[in-house]
Order: sequence, then C-alpha cells, then structure tokens
Amino acid sequence: MRTFIIARYLIRRLLHAVLVLFAVASIVFFLGRVVGDPVRIVLGVEVPEERVQAVRDQLGLNDPLPVQYIRFVSGALVLDFGDSFWQKVPALPLVVERLPATFALTGTVFLMAVPLGIVLGTLAALRPDSILDRGISVFSMLGVSMVDFWLALMLILFFAVQLGWFKTSGYGGFQYIMLPALTLAVQPFGRVAQITRSAMLDQFDLPHIGVARAKGLRERRIVFLHAMKNAAVPIVTIAGDTITSVLNGSVLIETIFAWPGVGQLTLLGLGRRDLPLVEATVFTIALLVVIVNLVVDLSYAYLNPKIRYQ
Amino acid sequence: MATQTARLQPTIESSSGPQGIALALRVIFADPITFTSVLVLLIVVIMATSANILAPHDPALQNLRLRNQPPMTASVSDVTFPHVLGTDQLGRDILSRIIFGARTSVVIGLLTTAISGVFGSALGIIAGYYGGWIDDLIMRMVDIVMSIPSLLFALLLLFIVGPGFWNLVLALAAFRWMLYARIGRGQALNYRNSPFVDAAVAIGSSDAGIIWRHILPNVASPLIILATTEVAILILAEAGLSFLGFGLQTPSVSWGGMINSGRPYIATAWWISAFPGLVMLVTTLSLNLLAATLRSVADPVQRGRWLNRQRPHRNRNRR
Repeated sequence: MRTFIIARYLIRRLLHAVLVLFAVASIVFFLGRVVGDPVRIVLGVEVPEERVQAVRDQLGLNDPLPVQYIRFVSGALVLDFGDSFWQKVPALPLVVERLPATFALTGTVFLMAVPLGIVLGTLAALRPDSILDRGISVFSMLGVSMVDFWLALMLILFFAVQLGWFKTSGYGGFQYIMLPALTLAVQPFGRVAQITRSAMLDQFDLPHIGVARAKGLRERRIVFLHAMKNAAVPIVTIAGDTITSVLNGSVLIETIFAWPGVGQLTLLGLGRRDLPLVEATVFTIALLVVIVNLVVDLSYAYLNPKIRYQ
Repeated sequence: MATQTARLQPTIESSSGPQGIALALRVIFADPITFTSVLVLLIVVIMATSANILAPHDPALQNLRLRNQPPMTASVSDVTFPHVLGTDQLGRDILSRIIFGARTSVVIGLLTTAISGVFGSALGIIAGYYGGWIDDLIMRMVDIVMSIPSLLFALLLLFIVGPGFWNLVLALAAFRWMLYARIGRGQALNYRNSPFVDAAVAIGSSDAGIIWRHILPNVASPLIILATTEVAILILAEAGLSFLGFGLQTPSVSWGGMINSGRPYIATAWWISAFPGLVMLVTTLSLNLLAATLRSVADPVQRGRWLNRQRPHRNRNRR
C-alpha cells in the first residue's frame, strides 16, 4: 500500500513536469510566432523580399498555424529548435556545448551557499539574538535587496582591479570562477540561512524535541537527528530555489564576467536576432528548472512522512 | 516610562489598538529602522515626482571635456553647483541622472506591481472562493508559470515585441502575479467557510458583494505586504533589463542603464556605476525592511509586542 502511494505521488509529479514543459514550449511558440512577427524579429526592418522568403522557408512560416504549432512543440519536446541563423548549424549543440560552464558555475554557487547557510542557520537557531543570529538577518535582508549586476561590478573593482586576486572575465579555474560565483551566492546564502534558522526554531518548540531532551540525549544528536530531519523539507525547497535563481540570474552575471555558459549565449543570440537559438537557450534553462523542481518534489516523498503515509 | 508601557500593553494587544493613521504614525516613530526606510522611500518618491526642480543639472546635457570626472568636479555650465557625484562617459551629471532615474524605477515598480497584484489577487480570491474546477484550473496555471524563469521570459518577450514602455510593464507583470494568487486563494479559502460569510449568504448577498465587502478587507493585508516586497523585486528586474539594453530607451534615464554605461570604465571611473547602484540598493533595502515591519504589525499577536518591545527578537523565538 505504501509503495503504491509513493508511486502514485511520483507519477503525478512526473506528469506535472511534462505538462509544465509542454506549456513552456507552447508559451515560447505563442510569443515567437503569434505575438511577434518572426520575420521582423530575425531581420529587423527594410530587407529585400528574397531574404524575407528565405526566413519564412527556414522557419516554416508558410504552413498553417496549427501545423507550425504541432511541429514546434513536438520539436521542442525532443529539443529540436531548427538551425541557428547566426551560426548556420542546429541550435541545440550550440546550447549543449555551453552547459558545462553553466553547470560549473551553478555547482560552485550551490557549494558556497547551501552547506554554509545550513550550518550558520542552525547555529543561529541555537542561539537566538546572538551576534550571529542578527548578522544572518542583516545579511539575508541585504541579499534579497541586492542589485546583483552592480555587486558584480563592485567585486570586480575591489578584488580584481584593486587587489588583483581574481580575473575579471573569462573561463577557467579558481581565479575565474570566484567572482561570478561570489556574486550569485550572496542572495541564496542569506535565504538558506534564514529559512534554516526559522525551520529549526519551529522544530525546537515541538514536543518530540522536548522528549528527546528529557531522555537526556546529547544536544548535538537532538539538533542533527531529530530537529534537522523534520526541518529538511523547507531547507531542501530553498536549496532547490538556489539552483533555479542562479539559472535565472545567469544571463546578467555570465554576460558581465564573459563566462561562456547558456546565459551568455542567450544574450549573444538576442543581440544577433537569432530566434531559434534564443528559443533553444530559453527552453533549455526552463527544462533545467523543471528538472530541479522535479528532483525537489521527489525528495519530499522521502523526507516528508505526510506524503508517505497519506 | 516603563510603567506606562506596561499599562498600554493590554489595550494594544486586544484588537482595539490604535487604528489607521494613528497606528501608522505610531509604527513609523516606534522604530528607527522603519522610520529611516519610510524616509528613504519618501525621498525617492519626491525625487521621482519633482526631478525637474531637484536636479541641479540637465540630465541629458553632455560635455565632452568633462568626461568621467570624479565627484565634486566644478561644473562648466553652472558655477554654483559642482558635479557632486561626478560625471559619466559623456560628461553628464550623475546626481541629476540618478534623480531622473528614480522616475523610471518608481513608475515601473509601482505600475507593474499594481497590475500583477490586482490580476493575481483577483484570480487567487476567485479560485479560493469558488473552488472546484475553477480553482484547479487557476492553480495549475500558477504552478506552470511559477516554474518559468521570470527574468529570462521577460527578456524573451521584450526581444519579440520590441522595447517600449507598455511592453516593458507587461513583460515584467506577466511573470510576477502568481504569489498573489497563491496567498489570495489561501486567505479566501479560510474566510469562505467563516460564520460571517455564511451569514452574508443567508441574507442573500451576491457573490461579488461578499467578495468585495467581506473577503477582500480580510485578505488585503498579506497581499499588501507581498506587494511591498514585489515593488523591490520589480525595480531590480527593470534595472536588470535596462542593464542588458532591453529597458526603456533614451532619453529615459534608468538606474540599471546607468550602471551598465559605467561598466567599461569600472577601473578608471568607478563612480559612474557605483552611485546609481548604491541608491538602488538603499531603495530596495528600505522596501524590504518596511515589508518586514508591516508583517510584524499585521500580525495581531506580534503587534503589541512590536509597538512596546524591549527585546524584540527573544519573545518571538522562545514562545
């Protein structure tokens, strides 16, 4: 019975993810082919008639709209967006070859923000009103208010120009990834710490912690086994949000630091009016976000007994 | 003073405390952080509404001989007032441009928040009030749009429809209404089964009347608190789009655009980017701090403690 309930939950989340992807593909189609005029998007204004015709042929604009829609959505679901106008090759491989850079940046930000945020948030929950606790409140408030692209420039000014510790732009190891990762880590770190703090505090008020204390268990065991396990759902949720917010913010930050990821490619595509390439990058990032959300949802089945015993 | 506070406590903790403007003034003056945030926001709004009077120089006036000049450089066109925050790469006065830039941030921030807020709240309240398939449909839509990276899709939308004031407003509002719908639905669902709504149904009030008179006043405060933080988020989003060149086009001045224009000169003329960003940070920080205060005040349990607090955090954490 239990496995059946879990399986039903997993299947429902999976179907939901597919539905979201289908909807995203439809929105991209609707924006690019119905709201906007693809020929004008790709060519700008005043161009010779044969170039207009060439674009119409390549994008298949001469077919009726429903045919275009089915072709686009079925293409999108197997990640086929047609040829890039700028590079004259299929758009997807261009996006795929940039994924490692984006993954490297996202992973670094995750490792910088999440473990530290959880540890400091827990410590703050153990000592409410301590300097650490107040520091975390201030930091998370600053984090959500932060103008991240401005912070990027200020970090460049301080760490690269003044101190010369890190590189201002380019792709490579530690010296290159530090500044973009630091910029993107500020907000998630504050939010993870804040959420961890309040989730742990809520736990400390509950009877089972009192029982654990009364049994004379060691404080460390209480905190990490009894409280953390039950506080895990909001913490995992916010950790997943870290990844999605980095992916969303990557257009700005990757562009500033010339980090050759998908976000920078999006802006290059926008600048060259390359509609298929832009559609491919936007859909790829949306796909990654959907996958992260799916993984978070699936982890609930393990973490949240309410789902297991529903 | 201490005894006075103690005597005030019970009246404030019951629902009949100070109301309306009296409560607002009390809150603003009770806490220096809230006072400062309100003051900052007031200054930003004044900058936006009377930029023409306040700006010491013409924000579009170029002077190529005074390019990238540091703060406090003497002005050529106006001897009485130096370039307090320096000049940009075209020799324009940065302080004046920041003052005019406030207009873009305030107008776009408030307008997009109003549009997304009204739309999202309406959908959420309808979903929560009627339930059934309408609820399912609206909430499924919310789930879908929630998992779309908003900045990226705003960028895509602007790329497709081209720049422009209303295009920008719609691109920003289109992907930020979902939180209102979630909160509005939860609240409406709460009050849907409350005795006073049952009573209104019993005396034959229409659905629209019930929503307007009985549901809306009760669900308003969490939605207003959300809107306060959303203004900050939308100001940041507008600046991000302007930074990438997809915001309002010249002659409109935007803080995001100003930060971008200083990018090539960050090593030699840091003030071009630094000051607009700093003003923006202070603005968004004030909005978020104000939202935090509103959150405490809106909660009837926390309100009394908040207004008469001695040790603000401890009480709340160790119930």
